[in-house]
Amino acid sequence: MPAHNKKLVAIVDYGVNNLHSLAKAFTRCKCEVIITEDPATVATADAIVLPGTGAFQAGMNGLKTRGLIDSIRAFADTEKPILGICLGAQLLLNTGNEFGSFPGLGIIDGSVDSFPTLKPGHKVPHFGWNGILSKGSPWNGSLLDSIREKSYVYFVHSFIMNPKNKKYIFATSEYGGYEFCSVMRKNNIYGCQFHPEKSGIVGLKIIKNFIKIIQA
Amino acid sequence: MKNIRIIPRLDIKGPNVVKGIHTEGLRVVGEPIKLAEKYYRDGADEIVYMDIVASLYQRNLDFDLLRSVASEIFIPLTVGGGIRSIHDINNALRAGADKVAINTYALGHPEFLKEAVRTFGAQCIVLSVEAKKINPNSWEAYTDGGREKTGINAVDWIHQAVSQGVGEVFITSIDADGTRKGFDRELAQAVSSVAVPVIIHGGANSPSSFLDILRDCKPDAVAASSIFHYGVATIKQVKKYLAKNNISVRLK
Repeated sequence: MPAHNKKLVAIVDYGVNNLHSLAKAFTRCKCEVIITEDPATVATADAIVLPGTGAFQAGMNGLKTRGLIDSIRAFADTEKPILGICLGAQLLLNTGNEFGSFPGLGIIDGSVDSFPTLKPGHKVPHFGWNGILSKGSPWNGSLLDSIREKSYVYFVHSFIMNPKNKKYIFATSEYGGYEFCSVMRKNNIYGCQFHPEKSGIVGLKIIKNFIKIIQA
Repeated sequence: MKNIRIIPRLDIKGPNVVKGIHTEGLRVVGEPIKLAEKYYRDGADEIVYMDIVASLYQRNLDFDLLRSVASEIFIPLTVGGGIRSIHDINNALRAGADKVAINTYALGHPEFLKEAVRTFGAQCIVLSVEAKKINPNSWEAYTDGGREKTGINAVDWIHQAVSQGVGEVFITSIDADGTRKGFDRELAQAVSSVAVPVIIHGGANSPSSFLDILRDCKPDAVAASSIFHYGVATIKQVKKYLAKNNISVRLK
């Protein structure tokens, strides 16, 4: 393939994040990525990945100080693929109810909330490996293409994504007796509550699926 | 049901993975990259990577070696050894760590934990504790790879560190470490009320020793080294045994 046809995948750097293990996972899947905090580069990318760990407000501040909020919103309007991971997925929603109430990117309508009361023995943060379950819409051709239901992926989070329109709930997981949204999907915009880059072979497959979506 | 994590621990000294008994008498057991990759493929849920002499010699861990190890594995990697600044944590994350474990420096500077949590989030900061029994139901926290006493009660220290915001606690029983005589149940019991996930390490000797500690003390995760390094059991064998005995674990 001529070099100018190569798709530009941008991992958005908006502060303290472990972008390196994410970049490494894309490299392992034979996809070159750039890590950038430049709004113009984000705008010209073919796909963006919004990584993230940490607090909602800190994440939005990180985007704001770099002038990234408008460029990510504009990017979402183009319907080019976006993959949000963990906090990066939560930021796609309108509101983060985490240590207060803070506006998010508002690309998908909904909020980020605490877990409700869980069964005894289930601590928050929800740490570790958990299964993903289908919510009706077929997974083939999507981010979860050929992933088996109940496959294990790795979670680290204290808050959960609540898209207002339930049709955007693409997969769920169960923790402490509570079913929560573990993958959101709105067209080519995906938000994974778990970390595909830390989810072993299943996670690498999910990243490969995202690369396929970019190349489609 | 919640999946219990099974975590191999790599003690790193120079270019090697080493293992001692009661944290002493270190023997070389393998190469870091090869062992990490082997455990990743065998179904480890995470890997803990500790440079066990960095604090003692007051130097940093070898970030180049860490980078090579991290590039081969796609499960969470917790890294410890000589971490004493925000800059060190950043370097470890940039080299491929997902979480950092802090012991020695935090004991002298508990406020550092809060700063680290504020900067990187609780999920990134693991308190590592080396506990040695001094009386029934009383343990002392040690530093510098189990070499230096602190006079600090280990369980009190864990509660203090949790109040500083650490997201997880990794506890090594110095008494049990490397002995393959089973986990220190009393210690595991003493920390079972800790509000954040607890990983118990030290003394694994068979798949049934994992079952015993999980049934009796309900830690969130169990770590082991000798049993895996010396091939007494594989990670897969341990997990299959646990699954057969109704403990939820991740099997492929």
